[in-house]
Amino acid sequence: MNRFLAMDALRKWVPLLVLVGLCLFFTVVNPNFLSLRNFARIAISATPALMVAVGVTFVILMGSIDLSMEGTVAVCAVLFALALNALGGSIAGWGWVAIPGALLVGAALGAVNGMVHVMLRIPSFMASLSLGFVGIGLSLLITGGNRILIDDPLFRSLLTVRVWGFPLMAYAALGCLLVAWFIQDHTTMGRNFYAVGGAEDLARASGLDVGRLRIIGFVLAGVFYALGAIFAVARLGIAETETGRNFMFMSITSVVVGGTALRGGAGGVWNTLVGVLIVNVIGNGMVVIGLADYFQDGVLGLLVIAAVYLSTNRQSLSFVK
Amino acid sequence: MFELKNVEKRYMGVHVLKGVDFRIDDGEIIGLVGENGAGKSTLMKVMYGAVQHDAGSVLVDGAAVNFRSPRDAMKMGVGMVYQEQSLIPNLTVMENIFLGFEKPFVRFGAIRWKKMAQAARRQLAKVKLDIDPATITSHLTFAQRQLVELAKVLALEERVEGRLVILLDEPTSVLSRDEIDLLFSVVRALRRRASFIFVSHRLDEIIDLSDRIYVLKDGSVVDVLDARHADIGTIQKKMVGRDINTEYYREDRQAPYDEDKVLLELDHVRIAGRGNDVSLRLHAGEVLALVGVEGSGREPILRTIFGMLKPEKGTLRIRGEPMRAFSPARSVAHGVGYVPRERKVEGIASGMNVFENMTLSQMRNYSRGGVLDIGAERALAREWIGKLSIKVPSEYADCGNLSGGNQQKVVLAKWRSGGSEIILLDHPTRGLDIGAKVDVYGMIRDMSAAGVGIILVADTLEEAIGLSHTIAVIKDGEIRKWFNCQPGAKPSLYDLIQHMV
Repeated sequence: MNRFLAMDALRKWVPLLVLVGLCLFFTVVNPNFLSLRNFARIAISATPALMVAVGVTFVILMGSIDLSMEGTVAVCAVLFALALNALGGSIAGWGWVAIPGALLVGAALGAVNGMVHVMLRIPSFMASLSLGFVGIGLSLLITGGNRILIDDPLFRSLLTVRVWGFPLMAYAALGCLLVAWFIQDHTTMGRNFYAVGGAEDLARASGLDVGRLRIIGFVLAGVFYALGAIFAVARLGIAETETGRNFMFMSITSVVVGGTALRGGAGGVWNTLVGVLIVNVIGNGMVVIGLADYFQDGVLGLLVIAAVYLSTNRQSLSFVK
Repeated sequence: MFELKNVEKRYMGVHVLKGVDFRIDDGEIIGLVGENGAGKSTLMKVMYGAVQHDAGSVLVDGAAVNFRSPRDAMKMGVGMVYQEQSLIPNLTVMENIFLGFEKPFVRFGAIRWKKMAQAARRQLAKVKLDIDPATITSHLTFAQRQLVELAKVLALEERVEGRLVILLDEPTSVLSRDEIDLLFSVVRALRRRASFIFVSHRLDEIIDLSDRIYVLKDGSVVDVLDARHADIGTIQKKMVGRDINTEYYREDRQAPYDEDKVLLELDHVRIAGRGNDVSLRLHAGEVLALVGVEGSGREPILRTIFGMLKPEKGTLRIRGEPMRAFSPARSVAHGVGYVPRERKVEGIASGMNVFENMTLSQMRNYSRGGVLDIGAERALAREWIGKLSIKVPSEYADCGNLSGGNQQKVVLAKWRSGGSEIILLDHPTRGLDIGAKVDVYGMIRDMSAAGVGIILVADTLEEAIGLSHTIAVIKDGEIRKWFNCQPGAKPSLYDLIQHMV
């Protein structure tokens, strides 16, 4: 019994140890890794991914899965950029309305996703995968395949203005992460996510409306995807269908590597922060030590398998499907 | 000949089988009876290799064997016909019959279906079942599936030397009268091929079918009877026959209930899937026990009251108000609490801590605008940890790591602290040690004294008799008999069993 408890306690810290180990490794190979400039670079690449990964964390905590993020990010990004440009091109003027507008769009897409999953009783895997493709198609339809440029200096200051070496967007994302943590730990909604993910029958037997809760989870995820979309646009100054690219694998990988259980009920947004950092440190570190980028994908794939192996207690699973 | 000699088994310190001797001759039919928890299913599991005995020996034709898995046992000719049917519903009948033994039908890696169908037809003929072996199993009736199970076990005949021993676990519980007669005639006709061990709660069937009857009580064989001279009464006495300690169930604390205050009323409620009406009334401070054998329909009644099943017709009233919607959420809002049998599935969320578990059903009381007041939650948990002397390091302890008794206390605290006035207890003491049981009994008395109405499905009959004010005997989904259970005038086990089986 004690040995198991010790294993459990250790398992909790595995992701953080991996992160520290990776940093040490890259620093030893190339001391340039350990510099403020390089960490700022990691922060910039991690910021949009962190928002998307935090969004999907809520869904995974419930024991569902959401694969629609690429479509949702693409739609939110292009609608945000179009609205911003149409409303005067600056968030100093009426353009700021584009920000809550994008969040609403994300929420609406999440709601559709959740309702298809709950009301039509389609597995979340299939519902969200399909709706993600719909989103990509929709964003292509809106843009006609073109890029939308944003040159509002105030909006771009998210990237260009630095405080203590880090861009503003890193701090903004940290603020959003704190909000996500508050939702997770201090609201009934967050508590219910854990309850449904850990023991759905029990949650139902305790009088929770599980269907409604699932839809809310997808809505919340959609809002965070929209935040990710806004940061992604701020980073490149461009919005297009491609803006959503790569977020699916990156975010799911980050959540799992961070130690949130895919069966739901365990983990949380801080795990996701660690996971996102691991994934981005690997990406950055391999460039720093001079490995080709096709290696990165391979390493990330292996990493997910290793993370699932280390972070789940397979003794309690009698059968793996 | 199949024999057990002095077989012992312990589970986590509980002595389940205490030196069991058992013998079955070729072609014999043995009945095995005992109360719930007497050790019948463990004994069966030892016989067909699902669990390993700790001491003693298992002998096939005089030679000691050691079954490490049901497959080992099958190789020695011991097969099991499961109560929870073991056929895979989406496969065909023949695939099920030869599941895991397809080798004789394989040529160059491909299965020759015609040959398998032929062989399957031969097995089906043994049990007089005339169906196409390519039928998908889920399309069969329960009785047909039971016969296919039997055919599957009989297929062992061609693979092992010597006679078969076939275990039948409650084979009649889902069958109609005609189907039972058919099954029995098949079993009798198969005596020259196999011997049978037959487990049932229905003693008349046991006497009808068996040659000898083994009576199991508290993990020992208390008697072996010749079925020709046995009668239901003597078997029942041997199955139970122990003293009830009135202290144990806190009978001194049993107070009369408030007859004027009806908390819950079922008025000719037809439970889904059951043909019969159920009517009952639960008063404030009353403990109403539902007794009956496994599968008699006690649990569906609880689940209907809790809103997990929708009644087909009839009226369910809570404090006089008729219910229209049926969901657990509705029931919780009306002050109904449910302590399920499967504590790990529906009782306790492991991974969540004590206060999170306690407030799960009543988070509205501990939050404002969706933001939780964790301080108040912790205060509540500390209060109940003290009140019920729950043994935990702190309110942050993960409930999954608590002992069964402490988990049960957390579940009861969850409903009581939320102000539930109607509490449904399904096997509340299952798997608890004596000390924890006594604590739970004390809590039941406390709740009664506070005017809570309790519907109890007890782990044993003694428990039901000891704790309740009123007993309803359930058989085949309907209430057959009511007993008044005032202290000093409690019915005996024998009174109840008469109406149960």
